[in-house]
Amino acid sequence: MSVPYYVSPEQVLQDRADYARKGISRGKSLVAMTFKSGVLVVAENPSKSLHKVSEIYDKIAFAGVGKYNEYDQLRVAGVRHADTKGYTYSRSDVDARSLANVYANYLGSVFVHEMKPLEVEILVAEVGESPEDDAMFHILYDGTVMDEEKFSVLGGDADSIWEKMDQAWKQAMSIAEGVKVALKALSTSERELKAADLEVAVLERESTFRAFRRISHDELVKML
Amino acid sequence: MTLPLFPIDQDPGPNFSLLLEKAGFKTSITSTGSKDAFADVPHGTTVVAILYSDGVVMAGDRRATAGYSISHRRVEKVHPADSFSGVAISGAAGPAMELVRLFQTQLQHYEKVEGSKLSLEGKANQLSNLVKSNLYMAMQGLAVVPLFAGYDLALQRGRIYTYDITGGFYEEIDYQTTGSGGRDARTTIKLGYRPEMDRSNVIDLAIRALFEAADEDSATGGPDIARRIYPTLATITKDGYEAVDEAEIADRFESIVAQVSNLDLRPSGTPRSSKTQSVSKKQTTKSLPKARKSTSED
Repeated sequence: MSVPYYVSPEQVLQDRADYARKGISRGKSLVAMTFKSGVLVVAENPSKSLHKVSEIYDKIAFAGVGKYNEYDQLRVAGVRHADTKGYTYSRSDVDARSLANVYANYLGSVFVHEMKPLEVEILVAEVGESPEDDAMFHILYDGTVMDEEKFSVLGGDADSIWEKMDQAWKQAMSIAEGVKVALKALSTSERELKAADLEVAVLERESTFRAFRRISHDELVKML
Repeated sequence: MTLPLFPIDQDPGPNFSLLLEKAGFKTSITSTGSKDAFADVPHGTTVVAILYSDGVVMAGDRRATAGYSISHRRVEKVHPADSFSGVAISGAAGPAMELVRLFQTQLQHYEKVEGSKLSLEGKANQLSNLVKSNLYMAMQGLAVVPLFAGYDLALQRGRIYTYDITGGFYEEIDYQTTGSGGRDARTTIKLGYRPEMDRSNVIDLAIRALFEAADEDSATGGPDIARRIYPTLATITKDGYEAVDEAEIADRFESIVAQVSNLDLRPSGTPRSSKTQSVSKKQTTKSLPKARKSTSED
């Protein structure tokens, strides 16, 4: 019987991280930000039906980049987690932080124990009673969780988009202002994005029950 | 809690009840004692649904009874199922409330997982499955019989479905009622119903039906003016589910109460009480023209 070659754990994890990053950078990026009345998510997504941004619960939204089937499976699992929790306890007991932890545990354990890590980055966002209570949890392929306050950038080209967002983001913007900022940040000098390239959704504080709302193409054209 | 992930061949899909089952929840009681044990469990009573020009109106009284006593005065029997449909419940209150909660979650769960809404017929079918799963309890005396109504966005009209305890469901073309006072409510609606009524008339008819049901059926609660508890109503139209404002309901009830108390239904010559019997003979003959006069003035 042959003895397998020794590979150091550092090398194994490094290889997996490279593999995951490569997969993620093939997809399109998205930005999420807090705005005047909640959380706004703007994704580059040419498809009208395969969503990157979706509703999880009354006040919680989900966004994912990378491999579609992998983040969509996570989205459905999140809906199941939230609905089961809300049904067992109370609707007000479902919160983004606990969901983000559940996601992080799962992604972390897949990263360490499975052959192939998930090639995704996901965002769990929640709109609160007041702007201070808004939350955005950015979770990486290896289970790292980042609690972001102003805005969050997911995807391959995150660094350059992050810099553009850092310069343009302001406190208490309107939806239209936020979409314009995001559009500029997601566009590059070679590729100018249009309304048709975007998928936009918001979590609105004013809503009484379900805060998640998709911004239609017509509405988006008007804003831009 | 961990992330609920399933192997592909065991995935519950968009079905929330199946998900609960797989997660080890018990949604219905399957082993119980005798039927008598449930005699004193609270039961909800009369609910109605009527189609009208804009869609459908649903209404329910507020009383729950346990045997011969009133167990709750403020039970809400008309609930939104989602933004374009509502469910009204009669029968054992505990299982009925559970059924509503499960149905609401089920519809929203489907919408979120699938990314699209169920058709109205699809929703009615889902409710049928939930009612059917309660059959064992129904045989023990804990029957739940809902009314389901909604606005069909594809057909652009309101629709009503009724159920039996086996989960059988039937579409109605005009109105339907269930519960112990349902028969009296139905007769009242039958006498006043016209196709394509407007909102104001149909609300009056629904309120009248509940008023008459409460008048005839001891388990149906009438308007409780002392505590300001009135039946609840909701309309479902192309703009969605909307509960009718309590002030509006109170207003309409008061006008019905006023109408009924103005009707002097005692046969002429009937004395007010036995004490005044001997004296009253002359008085009543005197007062008779007076009463006639007042009606002619009206």
